[in-house]
Amino acid sequence: MARNLLRTALRTCMRGGLLLSAVTFLAHGAQAQDGGTDAQVERGRYLAIAGDCLACHTAPGGRPFAGGLDLKTPFGIITSSNITSDRDTGIGSWTQPQFERAVRHGKSPDRYLYPAMPYTAYVKITDTDISDLWAYIRTIPAVNNRVVTNKLPFPYNIRTLMIGWNMLFFDRSAFAPDPSRSAQVNRGAYLVEGLEHCGTCHTTKNAFGGDTRATYQGTSLQGWYAPDLSNNTHTGLGGWSADDIVTYLRAGTNRHTASSGPMTETIENSTQHLTEADLQAIAAYFKSLPQRTVTVPAPLPASNRQMMAGAREFTVQCSACHVSTGAGIANMIPTLQHNPAVNAPNPDSLINIVLRGTDGPVTTANPTGAAMPSFGWKLHDDQIANILTYIRNSMGNAAPAVLASDVGRARKAIDAQKVVWH
Amino acid sequence: MKRRDVIKGGLVLMATSTLASIYKPAYSKTYVGGTGAWRATPPPPLSVVDGSRLVYLTPDEAKLVGAIFDVLIPADELGMGATEAGCVTFLDHQLAGPYGTAAKDYKLGPVVEGLPQQGPQGIMTPAEIYRKGLVEFEHAVHAKFDKSFTELSEEQKITFLYGIESGAIAFETLKSDQFFVLLLQNVREGYLADPMYGGNRDMVGWKLVGFPGAIYDYRDWIVSKRGKKIDVNPVSLLGRA
Amino acid sequence: MNYKRPKADVVIVGLGWSGSTMAEELTRAGLKVVAIERGAWRDTSTSFPTTRDPDELSGSVRKDILQAPVTETYTVRNKVGQTALPMRKYHNLTLGNNVGGAGTHWAGASWRWLPFDHQPYSHVMQRYGAGQLVDGLILQDWGVTYDDLEPFYDRFEKIAGTSGTAGVINGQRQPGGNPFEGSRTSPYPTPALERSRANVLFAEAATRLGYHPFPVPSAMIGAPYKNALGLNLAPCTYCGYCQLYGCGNWSKSSPNICILPVLMQRPNFTVVTECEVIRINTTPDRKMATGVTFVDSDGNTGEQPADIVITATFTLDNTRLLLLSGISTPYDVASGQGVVGRAFTFQTLSWGFMFFENEYLNPFMNTGALATQIDDFNGDNFDHTGLGFIGGAGIQSLSNQGLPIGMAGLLPQGSPQWGKGWKQAFRKGYQNYAQIQGQGTSFAHREQFLDLDPTYKDRFGQPLLRITFDYNENDRRSGRFIRDKCVEIAREMGATQVGGDSFADRPYSGYTPWDSSHVQGGVVMGEDPRTSVQNRFQQNWDIPNLFVIGASSFPNNAGYNPTVAVGATTLWTAKAIRDLYLKNPGPLVRL
Repeated sequence: MARNLLRTALRTCMRGGLLLSAVTFLAHGAQAQDGGTDAQVERGRYLAIAGDCLACHTAPGGRPFAGGLDLKTPFGIITSSNITSDRDTGIGSWTQPQFERAVRHGKSPDRYLYPAMPYTAYVKITDTDISDLWAYIRTIPAVNNRVVTNKLPFPYNIRTLMIGWNMLFFDRSAFAPDPSRSAQVNRGAYLVEGLEHCGTCHTTKNAFGGDTRATYQGTSLQGWYAPDLSNNTHTGLGGWSADDIVTYLRAGTNRHTASSGPMTETIENSTQHLTEADLQAIAAYFKSLPQRTVTVPAPLPASNRQMMAGAREFTVQCSACHVSTGAGIANMIPTLQHNPAVNAPNPDSLINIVLRGTDGPVTTANPTGAAMPSFGWKLHDDQIANILTYIRNSMGNAAPAVLASDVGRARKAIDAQKVVWH
Repeated sequence: MKRRDVIKGGLVLMATSTLASIYKPAYSKTYVGGTGAWRATPPPPLSVVDGSRLVYLTPDEAKLVGAIFDVLIPADELGMGATEAGCVTFLDHQLAGPYGTAAKDYKLGPVVEGLPQQGPQGIMTPAEIYRKGLVEFEHAVHAKFDKSFTELSEEQKITFLYGIESGAIAFETLKSDQFFVLLLQNVREGYLADPMYGGNRDMVGWKLVGFPGAIYDYRDWIVSKRGKKIDVNPVSLLGRA
Repeated sequence: MNYKRPKADVVIVGLGWSGSTMAEELTRAGLKVVAIERGAWRDTSTSFPTTRDPDELSGSVRKDILQAPVTETYTVRNKVGQTALPMRKYHNLTLGNNVGGAGTHWAGASWRWLPFDHQPYSHVMQRYGAGQLVDGLILQDWGVTYDDLEPFYDRFEKIAGTSGTAGVINGQRQPGGNPFEGSRTSPYPTPALERSRANVLFAEAATRLGYHPFPVPSAMIGAPYKNALGLNLAPCTYCGYCQLYGCGNWSKSSPNICILPVLMQRPNFTVVTECEVIRINTTPDRKMATGVTFVDSDGNTGEQPADIVITATFTLDNTRLLLLSGISTPYDVASGQGVVGRAFTFQTLSWGFMFFENEYLNPFMNTGALATQIDDFNGDNFDHTGLGFIGGAGIQSLSNQGLPIGMAGLLPQGSPQWGKGWKQAFRKGYQNYAQIQGQGTSFAHREQFLDLDPTYKDRFGQPLLRITFDYNENDRRSGRFIRDKCVEIAREMGATQVGGDSFADRPYSGYTPWDSSHVQGGVVMGEDPRTSVQNRFQQNWDIPNLFVIGASSFPNNAGYNPTVAVGATTLWTAKAIRDLYLKNPGPLVRL
């Protein structure tokens, strides 16, 4: 339960209707109040962006940080809390230690939090940063907005269930810099493991939602596959330079690809606002991960029935944007050639994008917002399966075939449109 | 909640909340910069015309239109005729929709006839013109042959349509030659529009001329096939490649 | 009900090319800009995705993307004394009906106008004298020259990602480009598109005849391009669903892909859609504009106050808005006095139509502006002595149509229009039809003008605009001259059947197939308040905080499409507002 809850909640949160981008709000943000210095508040503001707090703690049409965003999970609805300084309905009456316990340990003054709040990652946040974050959070204008956060049905509504889960799977250790690595790599590791909580989506979990040792090797997120970020060229970031990673996190696009799905909002709301130094640190950290060897399957032959049908459909449906060779357009339309996301063992994201389309990233660095239209209404399950099988086994890619039944299951699971013709 | 849904909702209120005292919002859609919310409302989904029943024409009208259409675009070695290609179904659905009601025309009066260069001034809709025109068409056929158009020989049908086309055979109220122009335009549309509209069955019209159909990329051909024959296997908007 | 929106620094009426270009400049300067647009919001991936865009029936046949006559139309007559009647159905003026305006569905020909086109009076007087002008012709300079505008042409091309081959850079002739063009400071941002078979045949024939063919600069992007505003554009795919279609893959420059994503990043920009501005409001003494009044999609009347009012609507609507608002003096044809509605021009089109015998022209591979042109007979690029007219035309092989419904009537002469014979003729004609367009200049005439119709009203009960227009003797003479050139080249191309047409030989109609959609003038800029509504900065002579931008400012029409000239003059005016007006609000030209 916890595993699914956490990740589903996170996904919903990131895809939720975000009204004001962090930039807009924070630019018009609050003034320093009692407590923190201006510089401290500024640092806290930056950390709040890095942690992407606003995304979950703001409801569609609601005031920033006043909570109320419904996170729909298979177990029921969890609603994000009001973290403005309202004493009655927000966290205005909290102390810094109470704030620290909530953020880093998932325990508010009166209850256990569900891991929809990524405290399992935030536990890495340093004392100084927690202090700065608190200084900033204190400046958020009070909004009286009572939120019933727990609308889960029995038994999931029993918050004390989390005590057991925490004991089993919550590694409470603080961030420990590796003295053998550069300061830059350590800074990157701190951001990635802590505030940016990348592993929450990208690390493979065990059956109970605890992290496995397959750090950043990609995992399924109900309808999406958070790709492998490990150092291998077939499915991971091995083929990307540090600059490619920086450009991607800043612009949402780079010479290889454009973001899609939940990552787009992470980039728009959080990573695009990070400093050049922090982005370089994150890139350096990923590039410092050990080389990983993955088994590359033999691609299906071009004579395969699915491959032949897929090749024809690709020409008609896909080449207008992705080009007949799959080369794409740099900083705009992903290349499909030698594309690690295309080679992902699990085709969930590919199926999702084809069925429902995906908004393009809109960032200060690249506001183009070139999006992919949905094909769910237009292409049958077998057509999509053939196209994806073709893409996954040509243009330098090699990955298992996609079956029509995979597409059919996904179509139901993500509530994609039915095809309008027979 | 999709981002675009935000536009209608709270966004407008929020962005202007401080000004609410003078501004009553949301009568038209307002898009504010910096909010990230600027996607359009998607157009209604496409659909495929259901040819199993008539939606505007009566069965008799459909039969008569089919007979006329099959003279205008007959079956031959180059492909099926208009009716088999679905042109009557196409017309039936067009007349039932915004085209049939001339929903986009300026219809305010006074309605007066002008010089030819001032364009059509009538405000009858295509649906109304067909309803009346087909009656007057049959009256003209009866006046000349004392039977229905559908009962004429192929040669008689052709001769009669020449008379309508030139205006030599007149209708009671409508202009026969203008009605002919409408018939010819609509049958061509049915024969050549995307099959989802009910006509152009098996893309017969596109195969007639070698038109590739709903293709969005000719970069590979613009030079390599310049001046050369292309063996085209057309595709429709909704279908298989 | 009535309501009032919060005051803005600037209100812009209409968010097409000129409105969005202006909005970008002024929001970047920090002004709070509210744009009011009659149509709805449109963006590429939602509104014209490749998944549904290639559909001829809804596109160029039913014209779903255009503003419908039911929303607003115009009445037309050829001359004073006739009764003007409304254009009730879709006509040749292909108006935009969405954010992006006609810039969303346009054909994409992207011209800088000739130096001559901006100063026709000076050129003609210097070279030929007044005797060259037919009776009643109105000829006047713009008050702004090509050299003034060059930096702004350059900037607009870099926003649009215009594709083309430069002809003259810094005074140096360039191979393959237009040798007659005004000198450029930089090449086109993206390379010219590949040519169609018909383009190649035309270029070969024109070269043999001693002319100078070059690729028409176009909005169809020639290579991946990051534009001046940091937006990415993709290369054109020649899909052929172009004119009257939105582009589904970011490869036809439009406000929607070249400007709006940037505007929508700026908190000081707001666009109110589906609202029609019905009036510009002024102070009682008519010395200053105070804002605009609009009707929203629910029929409520709203007011948008602003310090600066900029109207950037379609040419004819710019004129109509001034007339409806009682701003500046309407033109009076009897006396020749007054300025609003005066100097209205159209274009003078001539054609060569041809059929080959055994060609594979593959017409479906095209763009709205896939054309190869000669400018040997455009503007004043040739000696008019003894010809009895001024101006001319860009003569081009235009590969802009391959969709079958639109081509079903293009048959060799004598072919049946229906029956078995039609099927055979269509099958052959489809691959063998080609066309040469002569897009001709048009100069104003004292009997061509715009005013409010006395009879016909729009949906809100306001008078429609009345067009009084017919071709003048200058048009007829130039039209025939150009038609003959079109035919000459068509024959040289090896066509077996060639026909020519000069539209100016018949009375003007708003429904002539193949005719231009380019009307200009009515609110022209100039040097003299007696013959222009606005000064050289497109600033109203009487009301210094009112700027009417677009082709309505042009006192003559070129042998070119107007969009890039509209973009350049918009940027020119934006700079004047930013650098001059804001520092010292008031008339920018004092007489």
